[in-house]
Amino acid sequence: MINFVTGPLFTLSLAVFALGLIFRMVAYVAGLDGKADRIAYRAHTDRSIPGIFASIIKWLIPGGSRGWRAQPVAAVLFFLLHFGAVLVPLFLLGHTVILENSWFGISLPALPADLADLLSILSLVALVLLVVRRIRLAKLRILTTAGDWFILFLTIMPFLTGIVARFELCGNYEGWMLAHVLFGELFLILAPFTKLSHIALFFMSRAQIGMDYAIKRGGAARGGAFPW
Amino acid sequence: MSEMLCTPKPLTTKEEIHTLLQDKGGAKYYAQMKQMKVDTEALARDVEAACKSSRTRTWLSLCARCGMCAESCFLYQANDQDPKQVPSYKFQSTLGELVRRKGQVDTEFMLHCMEVAWSQCTCCNRCSLYCPHGIDTGVLISILRGLLFKHGFVPWELKIGSGMHRVYGAQMDVSQEDWLDTCEWMVDENSDEWPGLEIPVDKEDADIMYILNAREVKHYPDDIAKAAILFHVAGENWTVPSEGWENTSLTMFAGDWEGAANNVKRIYKSVEKLRPKTVVGTECGHAHRATVVEGPYWAGQPDGDPPVKFMHYVEWVAMALRTGKLKIDPAKKIKVRCTLQDSCNYVRNNGLGKYTREIMSYIAEDFVEMSSCGDHNYCCGGGGGFNGVGLYRKQRNVGLKMKLKQIQDTGAELVIAPCHNCWDAIRDMMEEYEVHNIKWSFLKPLLVDMIQIPENIEHNPQE
Ligand code: HEM
Ligand code: HEM
Ligand code: SF4
Ligand code: SF4
Repeated sequence: MINFVTGPLFTLSLAVFALGLIFRMVAYVAGLDGKADRIAYRAHTDRSIPGIFASIIKWLIPGGSRGWRAQPVAAVLFFLLHFGAVLVPLFLLGHTVILENSWFGISLPALPADLADLLSILSLVALVLLVVRRIRLAKLRILTTAGDWFILFLTIMPFLTGIVARFELCGNYEGWMLAHVLFGELFLILAPFTKLSHIALFFMSRAQIGMDYAIKRGGAARGGAFPW
Repeated sequence: MSEMLCTPKPLTTKEEIHTLLQDKGGAKYYAQMKQMKVDTEALARDVEAACKSSRTRTWLSLCARCGMCAESCFLYQANDQDPKQVPSYKFQSTLGELVRRKGQVDTEFMLHCMEVAWSQCTCCNRCSLYCPHGIDTGVLISILRGLLFKHGFVPWELKIGSGMHRVYGAQMDVSQEDWLDTCEWMVDENSDEWPGLEIPVDKEDADIMYILNAREVKHYPDDIAKAAILFHVAGENWTVPSEGWENTSLTMFAGDWEGAANNVKRIYKSVEKLRPKTVVGTECGHAHRATVVEGPYWAGQPDGDPPVKFMHYVEWVAMALRTGKLKIDPAKKIKVRCTLQDSCNYVRNNGLGKYTREIMSYIAEDFVEMSSCGDHNYCCGGGGGFNGVGLYRKQRNVGLKMKLKQIQDTGAELVIAPCHNCWDAIRDMMEEYEVHNIKWSFLKPLLVDMIQIPENIEHNPQE
């Protein structure tokens, strides 16, 4: 069983994930219509290119944008979740070994085990706090749909099962490991079709708004990028 | 209800405008709207067209529903953090539903959309700076407005405003004759004080072609005189066009994209005819947005740029002060504490905040910024057509509280507001909340009183 899920099923889910996200990115860019959006996407590249980079980079740095600084609680939770969410799936030793031995044969450097443990636990804590926020805050209650709960579930499960298995918190390592791999693969397969596609589309969407402000909404007067 | 006042068709004749104006406050118009059937087939097509660019659907589905945009919206703040005022909720519960239901909605839903589109969002775009995904609620609500206009669900005043632009080429019933007469009248009124003052009409190849807001012609003609005096003193070679002189766009507020395109094409045509080097537009925010920021796209300009250089009035003033064309008498600088209202339409959405600040450095001795200013300013409370819609007057007045607090927190006695909408909103908030110790002003009247008059300009001060 574990051979199948870490073998062919792993190949399949990672392929769906990667190809799916690439497809979403390409479809987004190809689908942008400058006339409908009233943005000359191809013009003024001297302003639009710095506009793209500023728009993405400032939002990837903790406190880098005024938006993050205005919402310190949300920002802390966001970065706690995302450091682990981005680094652990890619660079956890357990993951890199499987990736290297898989059909893909890609070898990635691995995080020190302690750091990986810490990042994983912080991510899980952030996820739990995000759930609490969604329940507690009126502004989030009104926005939240069943779909948002499902996404949180889909994200929590690999973390939860991974941590339980790793620390053998709850007996039966094999059982938890199997559950972990299955949830991980479910996550990968569904990501391109859900809000989790933001893993790739975040960069596209930020690039777009960066271009909008640089090409059309004041880029000429500001001398290029919007100072997020 | 014999006559059909409320239909999806835009107004295109004087008679239609007249008839609808007779329906005071739009009582009959709104009553008929409540009975108006939604053409769901056409709506489905229009919704699909609104999703022509992948941006629309991507924004709707990418939105993390994380609520980071909430506090950035002045209406959320002014309404005691009412969750219904969270930007994401506003577009998800309207445009989002329209897209998900593929236009299969009823009249009640469209009425709800109208209320959100024109009373819960001024399309100030502030929230777009606070969304981690860069989702711009103002843009989405503007797309919604376009759909609502096309299907007749638009506030009475804006339906009329769109008709005015279509029929008169101006936001009010100001004919070409009225416009030219006003120019002549203003020259007559002021030539004793300013011998040699002119408002040159249709002069070809001038350095500056000046365009303005029809309200100035109809209600504030003195503003035109002041513009003329300042160009005169600065020694500018300028002109006004007899046609295509009006740069405002209630059509833009109404979501009447066809009408908005006609406006800007009219102006660009006069540019083609008169070949000015630069076009300067009056102290109006949305007019600048409609002719300089969005306008080029409506007119089909390549690269999204207007046909010649267009300047907002504040850019011209900053340039005139910088180059010494206008000089301020140091003794007449503003002494009282003053603050500056940034117009969303040319500051956040066109980056001109640095020019207004440059102007302040020349004219004010005690200038204080508002708490959140420049690109991050809050809407005055009356933008996007909000000021003009009687049906939503109560909601507008609540929205004014945010700006009033910002102004009061500066301790300023004077607010400089180089934008018609902001100016109106500030006037109304002082009246509504009975604040009597704060004044507000456009730049022109302040400048006229402050400038040094060069030797070569004849001036006979009047008592
Ligand atoms: C470089 C890649 C990524 C970027 C730039 C990114 C960015 C974002 C942004 C901007 C948000 C919305 C703000 C917020 O909710 O705090 C968000 C939400 C979220 N992201 Fe990511 N993300 C990335 C990767 C990931 C990954 C790999 C995961 C999961 C393993 C993930 C899971 C989530 C979840 C669950 C939410 C929603 C949280 C909620 O419901 O409040 N993200 N992400
Ligand atoms: C898709 C296939 C996946 C496989 C085959 C897999 C496999 C593994 C393995 C072998 C471990 C090591 C357990 C140990 O050290 O005893 C692990 C741990 C973990 N995995 Fe995965 N995983 C997958 C997907 C994911 C995904 C998508 C996420 C997160 C979004 C994730 C998050 C974690 C975490 C947080 C741990 C615990 C790390 C720690 O505490 O140090 N995994 N996984
Ligand atoms: S901040 Fe952006 S992603 Fe978050 S709820 Fe608002 S619009 Fe959606
Ligand atoms: S565009 Fe302005 S008014 Fe509209 S939701 Fe955003 S912040 Fe609020």
